[in-house]
Order: sequence, then structure tokens, then C-alpha cells
Amino acid sequence: MNILVCIKQVPDSSDVEVDEKTGVLKREGVDSKMNPFDLYALETAVMIKESHSANVSVLTMGPLQALDIIKEAFMMGADSGAMVSDKKFAGADVLATSYTLSQGIEKVGIPELIICGMQTTDGDTAQVGPEIAEFLNIPHIAYVTKIVEIKSKTIILEMELENSISVLEVEYPCLITVEKNICQPRLPSFRLKQKSNSWEIPIYSLDDFKDHDEDHYGLNGSPTQVKRIFPPERNIDHELWNGSSDEVTTKLTDKLRELKFI
Amino acid sequence: MTQIIIDQSKIDNIAEAVKLCPFGAIECSNGKLNINSACKMCDLCVKHGPEGAFKLLKTESKKIDKSQWSGIAVYVDHFEGDIHPVTYELIGKARLMAEKINQPVYCLFVGHNINNNAKELLYWGVDSVFVYDYKELKNFRIEPYTAVFEEFINKTKPSIVLVGGTNIGRSLAPRTAARFRTGLTADCTKLDVQLNSDLDQIRPAFGGNIMAHIQTPNHRPQFATVRYKIFTPPDKNSEPSGKVNICTVSIDKLVSKINILDIKEKEKTESLEDAEIIIVAGRAFKRQEDLKLVYELAELLGGLVATTRPLIEAGWADPRRQIGLSGRTVKPKLIITCGVSGAIQFVAGMDGSETIISINIDDKAPIFGVSHYAIVGDVYEILPKLIDNIKKGC
Repeated sequence: MNILVCIKQVPDSSDVEVDEKTGVLKREGVDSKMNPFDLYALETAVMIKESHSANVSVLTMGPLQALDIIKEAFMMGADSGAMVSDKKFAGADVLATSYTLSQGIEKVGIPELIICGMQTTDGDTAQVGPEIAEFLNIPHIAYVTKIVEIKSKTIILEMELENSISVLEVEYPCLITVEKNICQPRLPSFRLKQKSNSWEIPIYSLDDFKDHDEDHYGLNGSPTQVKRIFPPERNIDHELWNGSSDEVTTKLTDKLRELKFI
Repeated sequence: MTQIIIDQSKIDNIAEAVKLCPFGAIECSNGKLNINSACKMCDLCVKHGPEGAFKLLKTESKKIDKSQWSGIAVYVDHFEGDIHPVTYELIGKARLMAEKINQPVYCLFVGHNINNNAKELLYWGVDSVFVYDYKELKNFRIEPYTAVFEEFINKTKPSIVLVGGTNIGRSLAPRTAARFRTGLTADCTKLDVQLNSDLDQIRPAFGGNIMAHIQTPNHRPQFATVRYKIFTPPDKNSEPSGKVNICTVSIDKLVSKINILDIKEKEKTESLEDAEIIIVAGRAFKRQEDLKLVYELAELLGGLVATTRPLIEAGWADPRRQIGLSGRTVKPKLIITCGVSGAIQFVAGMDGSETIISINIDDKAPIFGVSHYAIVGDVYEILPKLIDNIKKGC
């Protein structure tokens, strides 16, 4: 069985701010890491591999710097990895990103199972998984909390809704996005690092895709446009209490009593 | 294609120019600048770089006819007919916007044996409820639900579609938006509409302390999801208005490769969304066992404990207790944040709370900007004293 995990490189911290005077984004340091939610997707895939002899590959879209997270995925047990990268993908919103990834997946071959993290920590939209599934015309299940059974033609799993849990059986090929409580990701192994150092990572660009129409990618393929970015409004009237911890605690106790919380 | 082009002759200081881009998309190789694929086309380099050095070269696309699309549609989120309250919050917002542009408000209600529940919606000021009632639609499965959504959009041609940010909504909305090759903005915190029916969507962006104003200027319908407790529901009317339309769809569109084996009740936990008092622990806590301070305070005040994302990532609390864009949105009567810095990711999930009290050692912490009472101090000193004060009843 073949499993593909979609992963993304994200900034390591959320310390991104807008300079209020100039409107320029300030991003302190450019450290990046694998999207934390993707670790759960990758661990889910590697656990299936260990119990059912599957082949696990990863795919990412981004600048060349994102090769780092493919190497990290090797250290967690992925068997192969590929990347889609092209200047023509720049400025892609969710729709264009999902479409680009779906073209990349068609290039490497649609596997039985595609696993995505629930969302990323830099976009927080949780849309890319379902949109990839739509472009590939395969079913998807979002918010999977448990893999119950892997069968030869289907997978049985649990999906969490607001007040209930659905137990579902889905035919392959399908795409799932997984919640954090599905498993505990392992730490990268340095033994695997040694082994995977020589593995090649193919990088695909627009020319490698079936659909060459530039209007379907990057900013041109993006229906949503960012009109403006701005710092969050922080203008409520507030009282700032400075003082010794005894003073402020007494004030706080009095305030809670005045508001009838104690 | 649309791209940034660089006039190398207008760049004096290459190192400064590279720094213009917060996404690391300006690269220098062999003394020349290049734009790589990390570019978000935000045009900050155009605005802030040396004059004329960076230019955004746009290709114009064919304009759509917006007058062909009219109405604001709300997807009715429900479980076996029980309507999720986020639906009423969205109807309230839809009505305000619809009035401004003089368009109708529609509801799309998909399920089985839901005709009576559909009548309930007529007390909330919608113009038409479109009901698709089939046994194949009894429980949510992505393919038949998307097929019905597609039918509904083709039939009604709404300019705007609002979907609750529940697990079903966040699965169904992107799939349907992708089918129409249109835009979807997830987890909007503010919505408004232009007279030409362009939707102004505000949401936190780029994972940082930044808000983005997003539009879908040349595609219809415009999809947005909004989470529970972001908007306020309207008052329920005493008399029904509008009408229910029972719609048909060809059965062969309702096939699915998903088979529902069982629906289990979730074990009942007190939900954060319904709590009236919440105490939040942030990164100031150095060890997991120190969280006993917040648990003790929560118990004394009769509230629930929540945390920020880093603590969930450290495995210190149940993910269902996370407040923020990747967790829950809350609007309690009282929220006390302890050692929380206040990243927008978090603030977007709690700034509608009635009374916000924050304790933080840094007097410039962003959380203070949304707090009614901002207390500069160390949670390790203040919390034990506060707990003591409450216990002593003084």
C-alpha cells in the first residue's frame, strides 16, 4: 500500500508583527520548522507502515529551503519525498496551493491513502486537505481521531463531530486529515538520517505538470486577494495595575468581589 | 503571469533590499537579486523598496458579471435536525449585509426528516429555506453533501455563502468552494459587504500578530467560514416569515464511497464554549505541575481551565481546552489570563469576552491591549495570594 503525506514548512514562531508606522511586516529571525500538525499525519502514516508494510512518501510545496522538512520526514520514517517549487507558484492562496499540490500528487501517482495535518500554524485555515481531495476527485474525511482498521480495499476510521463520533469505512483512494489526539509523533532518528542522506529528492516545476496553464497557479490562480494587512485593533479602555504583588492581588480580589464573581 | 520584477540598477544596498521581504523571498545570488517562490505578492517590497526598484507586473483577467449572482446563503449546521447555534449567528450577520445591498437571505438545510426543523428557521428573518431531505443525507458524508451544495448554488446563484466553522463546515465549505474554483476565507472575525456585493473579510493572517483584509473580487460565490461565538445571534421573531422550499436532487448524485458504520455519543465533557468563567494558563508556567494554581483558582471561582497553544503542544492539557484559532472561540462573562502574552492566534478566540483580566510580567504584553484590567506581575506570586484571599473570604 502507498501512503502520501503532505507537509509544509512554517515559521518557527508567531512573533510576526506589523510596524505601525511603516506598515512593514517584521519577522524576527527566519527559523522555520515542519508544521506541527503534519507530525501527527506523518506519524499516522509511519505507524501504518510498521503494521502493514506500506510505502510512505512525503510531498511539500515551497521554496528550496523547505527541503529541510523532507529530510526531517526521512528521519521519522518516510521512504521517499518530492517537492513542487516554481516561481510561478508565488502568491498562491488556498485554492491555488491545493491545485498545485493536486497536480504534484498526480505527477507522483495517486496513492491509496493521502494524509494531511488538520491545519497549518501559519495559515490556520484547514482547507487545503479537502480542496486537494476535490481536485483529485476522491473522498475525504477531515478531523480523523482514530484509525480503527486497515483493510485491503478500505480503511475504517473515526471522525470527530461537535457532539458525536462517526465510525466510517472509506474506499481507497481517499484523503484524510488527522487531529492531534490520533497519536504521539516520534522523535527524528539519527540512524535514519545517516541512511537517508544520499536519497534523492525530485523537485517538480510547472513544466512537469499535466496542466501547464499559468493562470491556474500562483497569484493568478488565486481567487482571494489580500487587500491590506494591519495590526490588530487594541483600543479598549483599560486599567493598568502596577505595584507590589500584595497591592495588585488585593485590588484584584476587590474587583472580583465588586463584579460578584466571589 | 503576475510577478515582481526587479530593476537591479536602482538597488544601492543589496543587504537592505533582501531584508525588505518578511517571507525571505528576495534572494541574492552573484550580486543580483531574485524573487523566489516564497513570494506572497504582498507588494511590501514595491512600497518600501527604493523607488522603481521593485514593480508588480499584473496580468488582467476577464471580469465576471456580478449582477448574475444575488443573495446571501447560510448553510444550516445541524446534527440529526438539531440546529447548531452558529447558524443563527450567521443568519444575523447575513441579514445585516443583505439589507445593505438589498438581496435576499437563503438557508440551505441538508439532511433527513428535517422538514419540521426547517420551519424553525422562519422565525429568524430568512427569506427562503431550501430543504434537501433524503435518507441518503441522514448523516454527513462529503460527496452527497457537496453534490447537494453544488445543486443549491446552481439553482440560487448566491453572491455570498456563509458556513459555520464547525468540523462539518470546515470540511464541506472548502470542498464546495474548490468545485466552483472560487475563494474561501476561513475563520473570519469580521465581515461586511460592499455595494457591488464584494465581501470584506477580516481574519488573522500569516500566523502572527497581523490582521488581513481579504476579498474575492472576481469570483462568485464568495465563501467564508465563521466560528461559533464570533457573531451575536439576532432576536427570534414572534411570527414566522419567508418560506420553506422542498427541493429535489437526482438520487444518483447522492452516492458515496463512505459507509457509516456507527455514530457514537461523545463522552460528555464540560464545553469551554459554554463556560461562564475561564482561567487561562500561558507560557509563563515553567512546569506542568505548576498549573495546579490555575486549577485551584478555577475551582474556587466555579470556572474551567483553558490554555494557549504552546501548552497543548507540550502535552500539558487536553487539546479541547485550547483557546485560539486552532482551538476554541469563547465569550465567557469572565476570563482571567495568567502569563499569556496574547498572540493574535489566541486573542481572536477570546476577545469577545465580557470581562477580561490579564496577569503578565511584561507591561507591554499584547494581551493588555484587549484587557479591561491589566495586571503587571508574576503569576507565581499573584495566584497563590489570590487563592489565599478567596479562601479566607477577605
